[in-house]
Amino acid sequence: MLKHVRVALAGLGILAASAGSAFSQGTLRIGMTAADIPLTTGQPDQGFEGYRFAGYTIYDGLVNWDLSKADTLADIKPGLATEWKADPADLKKWTFKLRQGVKFHDGTDFTADAVIWNLDKLLNDKSPQFDAKQTAQARGRIPTLIGYKKIDDYTVELETRIANALFPYDMSYIFYSSPTNWEKQGKDWVKVALNPVGTGPFKVDRMVPRERLDLSRFDGYWDKARVPKLDKVILYPMPEAATRTAALLSGQIDWIEVPAPDALPRLKQGGMVIVSNKYPHNWAYQPSMAEGSPFLDIRVRKAANLAIDRAGVKKLVGDMAIESKGHVYPGHPWFGTPSFDIKYDPEAAKALLKEAGYSATNKPKIKIAISTSGSGQMLPLPMNEYVQENLNAVGFDCSFEVMEWNALVTFGFQSVKGEASTKAGTNAINISRAFVDPYSAFMRLMHSEFLPPKGANWGLLKDAKLDALIDKAHNSFDKAEQTKALADAHTYAVDQALWIWIVHDLNPRAMSPKVKGFVQAQSWFQDLTTITMQ
Amino acid sequence: MILYGLRRLIYLVPVAFGVSLLVFALVHLAPGDAISAIVPPDAPQEVVEKLRAYYGFDKPLPVQYFRWLVVTLSGDFGTSIGTGRPVSEEVGGAFLNTIVLAISACLVAFSLAIFLGTAAGYAKSRIVDRLVTSIALTGISVPNYWLAIVLVIIFSVELGWLPPMGLGPESATGWKLDFAHLRYMVLPTIALSMIPLGVMTRTVRSTIKEILNSEFVTALQAKGMNDRQILFHVLKNAAPTCLAVMGLQAGNLIGGSILIETVFSWPGTGFLLNSAIFRRDLPILQGTTLVLSFFFMMLNLTVDMIQTVVDPRIKRG
Repeated sequence: MLKHVRVALAGLGILAASAGSAFSQGTLRIGMTAADIPLTTGQPDQGFEGYRFAGYTIYDGLVNWDLSKADTLADIKPGLATEWKADPADLKKWTFKLRQGVKFHDGTDFTADAVIWNLDKLLNDKSPQFDAKQTAQARGRIPTLIGYKKIDDYTVELETRIANALFPYDMSYIFYSSPTNWEKQGKDWVKVALNPVGTGPFKVDRMVPRERLDLSRFDGYWDKARVPKLDKVILYPMPEAATRTAALLSGQIDWIEVPAPDALPRLKQGGMVIVSNKYPHNWAYQPSMAEGSPFLDIRVRKAANLAIDRAGVKKLVGDMAIESKGHVYPGHPWFGTPSFDIKYDPEAAKALLKEAGYSATNKPKIKIAISTSGSGQMLPLPMNEYVQENLNAVGFDCSFEVMEWNALVTFGFQSVKGEASTKAGTNAINISRAFVDPYSAFMRLMHSEFLPPKGANWGLLKDAKLDALIDKAHNSFDKAEQTKALADAHTYAVDQALWIWIVHDLNPRAMSPKVKGFVQAQSWFQDLTTITMQ
Repeated sequence: MILYGLRRLIYLVPVAFGVSLLVFALVHLAPGDAISAIVPPDAPQEVVEKLRAYYGFDKPLPVQYFRWLVVTLSGDFGTSIGTGRPVSEEVGGAFLNTIVLAISACLVAFSLAIFLGTAAGYAKSRIVDRLVTSIALTGISVPNYWLAIVLVIIFSVELGWLPPMGLGPESATGWKLDFAHLRYMVLPTIALSMIPLGVMTRTVRSTIKEILNSEFVTALQAKGMNDRQILFHVLKNAAPTCLAVMGLQAGNLIGGSILIETVFSWPGTGFLLNSAIFRRDLPILQGTTLVLSFFFMMLNLTVDMIQTVVDPRIKRG
């Protein structure tokens, strides 16, 4: 009997030994939240997680992001273009000087022809390489680009519909895949997805749909300071948070995205490192400014902002959030100097509602469209329920129209006056927003010309002063002036309490203590090239 | 018999047509939009509309259904909106992974259930009967996704014996029959086998108990047969009922478990459906559901045929 027990224990010992990592130093294994590998052909899907892992790893933009610092907001820097400038005689024409000596992973040269070929891939549906899937991902990122031409092998001219000083930000979202590889793969983007070729710091070794994406260091990368220190990066789609947590704790992977807040203590107990940082994320309510909405009254908007106990919401998400003081967080270059202090002050909120003519028998009715889950939505149900209690406590009559994430996104494609919202009776929406660049932060959300379907100004906000401030930023070709104009726009937006701002996510990720050298930038994107494995 | 089989096969045609119509209608009834799921939330409407036309979603639903049916009948199933890959490839690969897991769960569940159910059915001791009944009840009652997470916590996180997710080791692609891959199957197999284990154990137990009270068993005992000989007759008589339930349970397992496959990141049809639901990938949703429904129907037909062979009392047509 004892002999049998010993044999069984020996067997278990072998199993336990083989369960550990068999990987050599230099391989980083990451569990993504996506349920499938993001598109690898050039323009990734799956939101900014796709850009993070299948975008800036395999590809470069003409304009890249400086992700080297944790203490300042990530900003753009030269990528495949060394410099760019708008023509002073015609501000709608931009000249981009391309970097010489850049090679695709297949050894072919990156030139102006490759830029034109890739822009045709997205914008010219008559071109043989046109790819509707990539267009779907990219077109909204370059709303003003209307023309492009080659000047010489290393110079291209891009034309915008209007003068747009922020156009270089737009170009940071456009990636360049190898035309030669597309030919080699039989001019078939599905095959290219399995064998993609870019210019980025990592090349693709293997792509197994829904299972894994294997990347390895590209030794010929043009930016020698960013040649990856790692040998390999393996990306796994792991949509279930509990699975990611277990895989990290068991040593099957080294890094997980978005650990569940309630798993953080267990991860810390297991010796894992939780890394987080501010980044351009906004969890807020976008109110209706349409006729009949209670939010037309600034006192109601201010009351809603003052009614919310943000410290409580923060606690709910395991402290992985910062309390909002506006559309962007304090310390952000665009924060400005708003005089309206967004804080938890229920008494002031009650007084404002009273002043606005509301009472216990005449409460302002608000109905918010929310989702049950979704990219960037954090923990939408408990967070919204918490805020609902706060709002009702000061005299609001708050209810929700709850829907699944994709349904909410579709719902947001129409304005508050659209059929879906009218039918549901909603007068606010809760879609978390990124404010990566000035266009995504202000123009598309708050400018009166960007009402759906053109933009995402769902609540039909029309404020001439705000429009002028946003326009000024878009027309300022001097960086300091541009930043000042954006700070003025933000100051105005906060002072007018144009939205109900709640928290900014802190973008937590958990990793094994073996992962060294990672700097979490204040960005949705991150640089994996600095990482080593101990 | 052959005639019966052929007739059942012909019956499958209208059923398959009905299933395809139902699948198509349900997928389109769900809120959300296929195109909005693949474009960024602030994509211009012009792009959304172009894509809608590109994928044919601008056409009336009957036209869309007819086009889908024509493509499907040619065995093509179209291409995934989410990935651009052919649906047949996507579903085929995922289906094989699910089959592997389903077979393994069936083997574990059915063999244990037959053993435990027979033991309980035969048991003169109430303790054995109650113990087996408790196991069966637990199998049915415990949510398998919860059990999956608990198994992962115990065997992967705390003990470190078994991998918590994936199909196989990092260096491998796809499933293979070797020790390394079998280790990855242990936890999902246990989690997936719990419900069929519970259902089958209860079925076997109650069927055996019922048969043991039959007059023919008393007659066999009176004839002086020993317990082993009687057991053979009892099992033979229990087989048709058990087979019918087994068929349904196997069908459920092959249908894939969205939750189990998601918890273990097992790239089968459940995992594929999960991803397709969130992406509103209509061709994948339609293709997968149709293939699974068809397989379920074929499985039922096979079970019916086997039942006829096992029990000649069942007269078919």
